[in-house]
Amino acid sequence: MGKSIIDKIWEKHVVHREEGKPDLMYIDLHLVHEVTSPQAFSGLRMKNRKVRRPDKTFATVDHNIPTDNRKVINDPVALNQMTTLEKNCLEFGIPLAGLDSPEQGIVHVIGPELGLTQPGMTIVCGDSHTSTHGAFGSIAFGIGTSEVEHVLATQTLWQSKPKTLKLEINGELKKGVTAKDVILYIIAKNGIGFGTGHIIEYCGETIAKMSMEERMTICNMSIEGGAKAGLVSPDETTFAYLQGRKYAPKGAGFADVVENWKYLVSDSDAQYDKTIQIDAADIAPMVSWGTNPSMTSKVNEQIPKLEECKNELEQKSLSRALEYMGLQEGQKIEDIQIQHVFIGSCTNSRLEDLKQAAEIIRGKKVHPHVRALVVPGSQQVKKQAEADGLDLIFKQAGFEWRESGCSMCLSMNNDIVPNGEHCASTSNRNFEGRQGSGARTHLVSPLMAAAAAIYGHFVDVGALLSAETVH
Amino acid sequence: MSGFKTLQGKAAAMDRANVDTDQIIPKQFLKRIEKTGFGQYLFYDWRFTKEGLPNPEFELNKAENQGASILIANENFGCGSSREHAPWALGDYGFKVIIAPSFADIFHQNCLKNGLLPITLPAETVEYLLQRAKKQPYDLKVDLQNGIIEDEYNFSATFTINEYWKKMLINGWDEIEITLQLESSISSFEEKRFAVQ
Ligand code: SF4
Repeated sequence: MGKSIIDKIWEKHVVHREEGKPDLMYIDLHLVHEVTSPQAFSGLRMKNRKVRRPDKTFATVDHNIPTDNRKVINDPVALNQMTTLEKNCLEFGIPLAGLDSPEQGIVHVIGPELGLTQPGMTIVCGDSHTSTHGAFGSIAFGIGTSEVEHVLATQTLWQSKPKTLKLEINGELKKGVTAKDVILYIIAKNGIGFGTGHIIEYCGETIAKMSMEERMTICNMSIEGGAKAGLVSPDETTFAYLQGRKYAPKGAGFADVVENWKYLVSDSDAQYDKTIQIDAADIAPMVSWGTNPSMTSKVNEQIPKLEECKNELEQKSLSRALEYMGLQEGQKIEDIQIQHVFIGSCTNSRLEDLKQAAEIIRGKKVHPHVRALVVPGSQQVKKQAEADGLDLIFKQAGFEWRESGCSMCLSMNNDIVPNGEHCASTSNRNFEGRQGSGARTHLVSPLMAAAAAIYGHFVDVGALLSAETVH
Repeated sequence: MSGFKTLQGKAAAMDRANVDTDQIIPKQFLKRIEKTGFGQYLFYDWRFTKEGLPNPEFELNKAENQGASILIANENFGCGSSREHAPWALGDYGFKVIIAPSFADIFHQNCLKNGLLPITLPAETVEYLLQRAKKQPYDLKVDLQNGIIEDEYNFSATFTINEYWKKMLINGWDEIEITLQLESSISSFEEKRFAVQ
């Protein structure tokens, strides 16, 4: 019987196995940020423990840093977390891309960008969107602070092997449909629990054609479908992306490593615990209208009606969500008015995302009722975007152009959506209060967010693009 | 962390599905660098009004739920962010056991690592418990050693928990201690893995 990439990577990392216990797994890369690490370091210090492999650990600040003026940090608690991380990295010998570093950025953007993320690895970070790194054919998942402490001390984790889920997407994507729409569609169709207990392998011709950026967007939101992780078998696109990156293998060694990486690809007769098939042609630009990512519809549809709910529980959560969102059942998605637009987050803040959004924005103006910001995922993305002149396109249209960080994805800094206002956001979570107390988040692609910024409400970007090509 | 073999305690009903970690501990409280003291912020946005007063409508503010150590919730409890502050806040508030028809993966793990026992029971069973706990002060007895849960009305159900975690919870052990006993296995794994590359 053939093996999937998940089985192959897993087996290679078992340090210790015994009956009735999870496996003790070796961790190849541990990414650290300021919010989930302080208690882990203080735990080490209390017990006089060391960091076992500082060379397999890499830290940055991203979650609560200001993205406007970086020189002034007004929030004393945020400042405390940042300086605590600096001190901890110094004390334990961990490399840090700090606030002043040209390599600073959202942890899931810089890992791949620096070539730290590589096929076949096990990667962890105290952040649930660690699944992003799976795009490179690695098993990457989020952990809590106790586990951060455990990995720091031992470079291992106790893990029961999750089940495997093959998610195959075939067919051509329609105009205006992006990787973000694909993953939102999958979650809307299968629910926020469909991946629970599983690692998803995304495959099929649609995935094979995607860039690394697009694969990252898809893997990033695996967790929103409840999965432990999501990954894509590595291929030529993966290898080409990694070649020449700072921490990727160098010179002649690169070709050898690529040969090893090729063995990771799932065997054609690999077995999975579950399989899902998706037809790419069925996907449209998507918009979330509720308070979890499965509460999402196609842009040209309507919000569901209470009478359409399958049971009472569903009805209850629908009416609770609509009340929070200030929306009506049966309302047209295109009629939802927008006051804020956020283009950023580890889901959609890479160069390709910004380029796509800029294409829509070019020569247009942000709607007078809309406040719009672009927060590049990393300093490197920002620099490259500026070299390409994207910042000017955004600024001339009336967007704010910011420094890199998580920003309005979780609003731990002062980028907040005010109570009751609607935000078209390229981030990954639309939970109550995520972007500020009472904030109403709509998850969309960068294309859809850009179009909403201009029109002040949602528009079908597919139709928009088709109309433009006709001219 | 203190371990326990059996627990007799008051159970509070929270009949909501998909309670996410943003709700359990809102993000404005994540900036602390300590592990303790999060209980006062548990369910903050639901528990308190905009003016910062206790919200009388909220489940845990009801008189019959004061001092509860067991929380009964609905499906997919603890979904969302991986923040461990969620079990810290629940534990610091006084909960030792959480019962639901299903839990989000990371949250489930985080509970076990922090001495909180997540018990998964069939939806009908949880429904029964919710109805009981909603009506009056309601006590449950959780026997972790034997995997049995009982009330005073002849109700009894069994639950399973991985032996490894059971031992950890009963003894209140620190996982790192156990792993470090396998130091030589880790070292020889590293030698092999990084030699052949
Ligand atoms: S951008 Fe958002 S989801 Fe991504 S790491 Fe930052 S806070 Fe987490």
